[in-house]
Amino acid sequence: RDKMAAAVATMMPNLGQQISSKNDMIPDWTSQEVSTGTTIMAVEYDGGVVIGADSRTTTGAYIANRVTDKLTPIHDRIFCCRSGSAADTQAIADVVTYQLGFHSIELDEPPLVETAANLFRASCYRYREELTAGILVAGWDRRKGGQVYCVPIGGMLVRQPVSVGGSGSTYIYGFMDSNYKPGLTKEQCLELTAAALSLAMERDGSSGGVVRLATISEDGVERRVILGNQLPKFSTH
Amino acid sequence: MDKRIWMKFSGKRSVCIVVLLREYVSSKTINKVIQVHDRIFCCMAGSLADAQAVTKAAKFHLSFHSVQMESPPLVIAAASVLKELCYKNKEELQAGFITAGWDMKKGPQVYVVALGGMLVRQPVTIGGSGSTFIYGYVDAKYKPSMTKEECLQFATNALALAMGRDNVSGGVANLVVITETGVEHVVVPGDKLPRFHDE
Repeated sequence: RDKMAAAVATMMPNLGQQISSKNDMIPDWTSQEVSTGTTIMAVEYDGGVVIGADSRTTTGAYIANRVTDKLTPIHDRIFCCRSGSAADTQAIADVVTYQLGFHSIELDEPPLVETAANLFRASCYRYREELTAGILVAGWDRRKGGQVYCVPIGGMLVRQPVSVGGSGSTYIYGFMDSNYKPGLTKEQCLELTAAALSLAMERDGSSGGVVRLATISEDGVERRVILGNQLPKFSTH
Repeated sequence: MDKRIWMKFSGKRSVCIVVLLREYVSSKTINKVIQVHDRIFCCMAGSLADAQAVTKAAKFHLSFHSVQMESPPLVIAAASVLKELCYKNKEELQAGFITAGWDMKKGPQVYVVALGGMLVRQPVTIGGSGSTFIYGYVDAKYKPSMTKEECLQFATNALALAMGRDNVSGGVANLVVITETGVEHVVVPGDKLPRFHDE
């Protein structure tokens, strides 16, 4: 009977959530959707953008992937940071990558970041009832330089000089408000992002692992990883 | 909902309380710091009705206890009284507290009594609905053994940041500094709070 229940739970994951399974033999992750709990962040600087994310994907209380890459390339100089349902965000990113690639070939020039952001927004807004996706679109183009666009759940689109997202972002709003100022250099942005992500990962159960960073500018994309033991440390109490 | 920050710093303590605002602003200047004894203050969060009832009961218990012992009560005694009430009535109550003060045995202390009745001592703690936004800031900026002025500045900044993000916090920031020698109230109205670059 337990095997039947487990089989049912895996086949109908949503139903599993409604039937509260108090049976300890069936772990909760068999009935939970895969979520990129997450903390993501993107900062503009003069000449490009810095983006960062944690690396934890959870199914309920189980960490399905502790080295996830949530920074997804959409085009040569345009990336997106994904938060929310892993399936939803991967599907949307695939769709937008195709649409943007096609558009860029038609135009015969690199696409604008604003275009990519609008494509995300179009999908997220049209299917807003079905989707759970919070996305940051960031990149560099010749017209406006480094740009960060925020497409949260619901399908709004807004450009911001700095933006955070995901479940861990609530913990670092105060830190961001006090530490960000316009006119930071690339290195300062990298330090700020690494510090903010570490603080969020420390407090949010759905964020953790390593910090993945990327810098996007006219010269290209530079990726780096900060491992757990190399993260900036703050006074713990 | 409100937010509170309590810090212990070398020899003194700072307490900051902020006011409650709802969709309907019932008041912009509620005082959420209750003095339960000469050098012990208690800070409320959650359902204010529950919190007020519990702190009034605690104040009574403490004054009785202090008369019996013929000495000022310990901060942990105050916190324990609150904890007993919260834990025994956990089904009905929805209130969390931060108790802080100074006593002769251990000097300045901060205790937090969480929703279900857990009691824990911490050097610095934050609570209330606005506190989620400043966990990162507090973790980054707090260091042990700050001076009184540093502590006040830290608390004021943290409150300002939280009030800037939480729609149900705002109004006036109340801070209290408790030391061996006495108690000092600092009140910062909303328009005098520090501003940050997001404005």
